[in-house]
Amino acid sequence: MSAGPTRRGLLAAAIAVAPGLFLVANAAPRPPGSAASARNRWDLLIDTTRCDAGCTACVDACRQEQGWGGPASDGPWIRKIEAIEMQTGRSVSLPLMCQHCAEPPCVEVCPTGASLRRADGIVLVDRHRCIGCRYCVMACPFAARFFVDAEVHDQRAATPRGKGTAEGCTLCVHRLDAGRLPACVEACAGGAMLFGDLLDPAAGISQALRARASTALRAELGLDAAIRYQGL
Amino acid sequence: MAISGVTLVPSASRTWPLLGLLGVLLGGGLASAWTMETQGHHITGMNNHIVWGLPHVCAIFLIVAASGALNVASVASVFGVESYKKLSPLSALAAIALLAGGLAVLVLDLGRPDRLVVAILHQNPFSIFAWNILLYTGFVAVVGVYLWTMLVRRQNRHTRTAGVVALVWRLVLTTGTGSIFGFLAGREAFHSAVMAPLFVAASLANGLAVFILVLAGLAVLGGPVPDAALRRRLGRLLGILAAASLYFALVLHLTWLYAPDSRAVSRFLLLEGGAWPVLFWGGQVLLGTAVPLWLLFRREGREVAAATLVALGGLVQIAVLLIGGQAFPRTILPGWQLHSTFGDGGAATYVPSLPEALLGASGFAIALLLVLLGCRLLRILPDRFAEVPA
Repeated sequence: MSAGPTRRGLLAAAIAVAPGLFLVANAAPRPPGSAASARNRWDLLIDTTRCDAGCTACVDACRQEQGWGGPASDGPWIRKIEAIEMQTGRSVSLPLMCQHCAEPPCVEVCPTGASLRRADGIVLVDRHRCIGCRYCVMACPFAARFFVDAEVHDQRAATPRGKGTAEGCTLCVHRLDAGRLPACVEACAGGAMLFGDLLDPAAGISQALRARASTALRAELGLDAAIRYQGL
Repeated sequence: MAISGVTLVPSASRTWPLLGLLGVLLGGGLASAWTMETQGHHITGMNNHIVWGLPHVCAIFLIVAASGALNVASVASVFGVESYKKLSPLSALAAIALLAGGLAVLVLDLGRPDRLVVAILHQNPFSIFAWNILLYTGFVAVVGVYLWTMLVRRQNRHTRTAGVVALVWRLVLTTGTGSIFGFLAGREAFHSAVMAPLFVAASLANGLAVFILVLAGLAVLGGPVPDAALRRRLGRLLGILAAASLYFALVLHLTWLYAPDSRAVSRFLLLEGGAWPVLFWGGQVLLGTAVPLWLLFRREGREVAAATLVALGGLVQIAVLLIGGQAFPRTILPGWQLHSTFGDGGAATYVPSLPEALLGASGFAIALLLVLLGCRLLRILPDRFAEVPA
């Protein structure tokens, strides 16, 4: 991403004028073939007020893209949660996946370094180094890391999976590296998901985050999650 | 005082059936591990909510008991209690054997045990798990040297130094094991500084209980029979340690109960969590602590029965802490009631399977086989206890 304002960013800034009226376009990730860089921090902003309780488009797209969900025991890389605020009775629907924390507990606890955080903040599992101890699954506060406990069939070429190893949302790193958006973001018909580079002040997501309050899940843990939510 | 030990000359009629049983358990454990690796862990009761189950309960019990089994040697070498000195080699041998049994279960339960070499070659220096790998292997080395200084007469002068190193190492080891859970900041049912001392106390009680059972078992097989005074002394120490173990469990729950945001954890484990409150009150508190204390301080000659109950209570304690803690629903959105097809917001369920039980039991079999082998090959046992002062 360029350091200065982009045409897309300026357009987003012009459009994002009032809360509830976000028409910000998702930012293109980065030029294909370039290496992951600490100059990027890929973030996802989820507006729960636009997330329909009956909609599972993001989940379906992820399952199709990444190939999980065959055996019933497969962990859902992304899942829809229906939440009711106990004090008020207000209900919201939200997708939940790996929060791609800047201080990820799964990476800290992994004995072999198989759980890793890329320079651009994406948290991944090196399937060749994972010994299947499941400590990362224990450590994740969001239940967003899973253990593959059955033979894997119908694997996608871009997403190797392996019985006996851990896995979770990759933020569609293979698509990002090819300059495309994550499958869930692309599939979200309600415009509830906004993807972009938090370190680019002109990016649509940066504008949106500045314009309206958002929160990270379990913010009190200080994990600095890359996934932020509005409407909670 | 130099230790002049003897090797175990076992009674064939009693030893062969035991070896047969241990062999069956070991074979069953290995077959289970093979099945779990080839079929996948879906054949077990473990799932993506309860990722550590019965094998881990057994493994953790054996590992903390390994540290506690060293009590007798530590008391003798470091604090100079002469009456325990003759038992010190057995204490050290039991510690190594228990740790080996626990580690074997942990390794065999891995999703990819074939990649164990990866864990040795690539270590994440920030992982408490990686620290524990060093602590466990180091424990075997330290206690091995400690045992060597006891068995080789000209090295006896180094026994105290080795004993001090082993004492410090075992305390660090159990602190490390407790911290595997205590450091999990994002899991309400685990995150607590009390976990480390709780594990230290549990190790002291469980390890001594197992040691008393090993001593009694060896006597049945032809080893020396401990005299009543020694049994009483070990029993009283066991009572104090069992009470200390329960004390830390109570402190943990009082801490959780005091703060509104963690109260739900205690309510789940002590009151509303289905089988877990039953296991805690019935298993750990009543059968694992109260009844043994009554046997040890109100009855004569019930040390073996009390030690059996303390050990079973210790297993139950780890099951409640480990599996019950995972069953408690994660607080992803504090103040919100969650519902999803993945089971968010609800308690996770777990029913252990036969392969898990066999794998866990094989850890005990490995530990006992190593104790028997060590006692048969090395001069581990005292020739008699008669001269031991009460």
